[in-house]
Amino acid sequence: MAQGVFVVTEQRDGTFRKISYEAVSEGRRLADLLNTNLTAAILGADIATMSGEIKKYGAEKILVADDSGLSEYTTDAYTNVLTDLIEEQDPELIIIGASTQGKDLSARLAARLDAGLVMDCVAIKQTDGGLVFTRPMFGGKVLADVEIAGTPQIVAIRPNVMSIVETPKSATVDRPSVKVGEVKTSVFEKKIETGDKIELTEADIIVSGGRGTGGDFSVIEDLSALLGAAVGSSRSAVDEGWRPHSDQVGQTGKVVSPNLYIACGISGAIQHLAGMSTSKCIVAINKDPEAPIFSKADFGVTGDLFELIPEIIKAIKNMT
Amino acid sequence: MDVVVLVKQVPDTESLIQIAEDSVSIKTGDLKWIINPYDEFAVEEALQIRETQGGTVTILSMGPEKATEAIRTALAMGADSGVLINDPMTAGGDALTTAKVLAAALKEIPYDLIIAGQRAVDGDNYQVGSAVAEYLGIPQISLVIKEEIFNGKIRCHRVFEGGTVVVETPFPALFTTQRGLNEPRYASLPGIMKAKKKPLDIKTLADIGIDPAIVGKAGSKTKIKTLNFPSERQAVRMIDGESGAEKAANLVKILHGEIKAI
Repeated sequence: MAQGVFVVTEQRDGTFRKISYEAVSEGRRLADLLNTNLTAAILGADIATMSGEIKKYGAEKILVADDSGLSEYTTDAYTNVLTDLIEEQDPELIIIGASTQGKDLSARLAARLDAGLVMDCVAIKQTDGGLVFTRPMFGGKVLADVEIAGTPQIVAIRPNVMSIVETPKSATVDRPSVKVGEVKTSVFEKKIETGDKIELTEADIIVSGGRGTGGDFSVIEDLSALLGAAVGSSRSAVDEGWRPHSDQVGQTGKVVSPNLYIACGISGAIQHLAGMSTSKCIVAINKDPEAPIFSKADFGVTGDLFELIPEIIKAIKNMT
Repeated sequence: MDVVVLVKQVPDTESLIQIAEDSVSIKTGDLKWIINPYDEFAVEEALQIRETQGGTVTILSMGPEKATEAIRTALAMGADSGVLINDPMTAGGDALTTAKVLAAALKEIPYDLIIAGQRAVDGDNYQVGSAVAEYLGIPQISLVIKEEIFNGKIRCHRVFEGGTVVVETPFPALFTTQRGLNEPRYASLPGIMKAKKKPLDIKTLADIGIDPAIVGKAGSKTKIKTLNFPSERQAVRMIDGESGAEKAANLVKILHGEIKAI
């Protein structure tokens, strides 16, 4: 009978993505609830030393699939290798981070294993009928409670939502033999954005601008740099050509859940609100006291963002 | 190059969503319906590929008869023909069952390339494209912002957190779209007139030879128990102050001292 929780971690060039710690921590919590053990898998090339970093989040067993064919992520190679590991382990629950890579991988894996997959899950609870997975739909306008029939159950968890908890265990580390199998895709080139631009979906703080900026994001960038935040934008700012597509927050852009979301000069179209409503704290700065954004914010300031943001920067710098 | 585009009709993203009496579905009565925005990028890219490579663009969708509107829109943009799988037995199915139906339909449609939206903005499942590729046994590349075709291969620029990666694969293949791939064209009036005469086949599960037991509600591994609205935030606290400087200072005091967010 299928048992155990199996977490697929994510690393890039030998460094774990933060979502890996979130996934293993959630795996530990669920393994305890289900009274079972936790296995964490690391896939990549030249990753022999990585198991040490994941131990403190509570896995009993760490599988290191180390093969030159796994040096860059490809859907086919990673799906092939994980399918072998999962069939060998026969887990009841598989947890993957719903990053861009994890979304691609979990969906292919679910189809291969003929297993039910809950994508972009934000909460998991145990009930008498088994695990219930909560996930946003319609860009977060609605939350669905979902059950999965059969095993394995697969859940891809939304980055930046679940807590990282240290639960050190003395884990055994296995290096299973790896067969990469048939692979049709190959990575031709990889470009990492230079500078220390913070990814919106992983950011703790986001400062976002909309039509109210009139296209001038300088004060937003200044505040963002001071807070170590990522810069986001509304769809209208992207449509105007003021910001790149990759900055767009909303139902047709990125869905984000930072600790602090500061919306500047954004009126609050439904599709934008859908993309940021799971932020822990929302601050709205807008000239129009009737702007819909205020109905979704925790804190509101009315006024001109070009006057207020420099004052906010000054006040932060004056903080002792 | 024969390209098939997977299309879904979804509620307009500016729609207010209301939960239906059964608490597991939404009220559809007053909704305005559109082509899934990510599928529009897929249609546009298929048309551009046809312009340079020749071949055909076929639109494939599954859904109620109303979904022919979304297919007609894609035909008005310039696609050649459409197929809708319309069968009551598909109702209530999860993403993998949808993919099974589309993959079955694709056994009878010639293709070198399949383009799908990265996700539909109603279910937000991000699963159908990947699963269709798996069921067909072809490679997939997700979240593509640029593609180039040469020497019988396609090279796709795929975005990830903080960068892009260029991935190459032979045909047949499937890729999914990301914002930034292109600017979808509007359907012109002559395009809309022409679309009315383009072939649009409506097929049932029996027509595509798939067992109804493995699709729809019966075949779904995931099941929605309830839909809920996110809990409402407490009413907004407006930050007062005589001047901008005072408002800013009061806000920073709260964010630092009370919320501990900065």
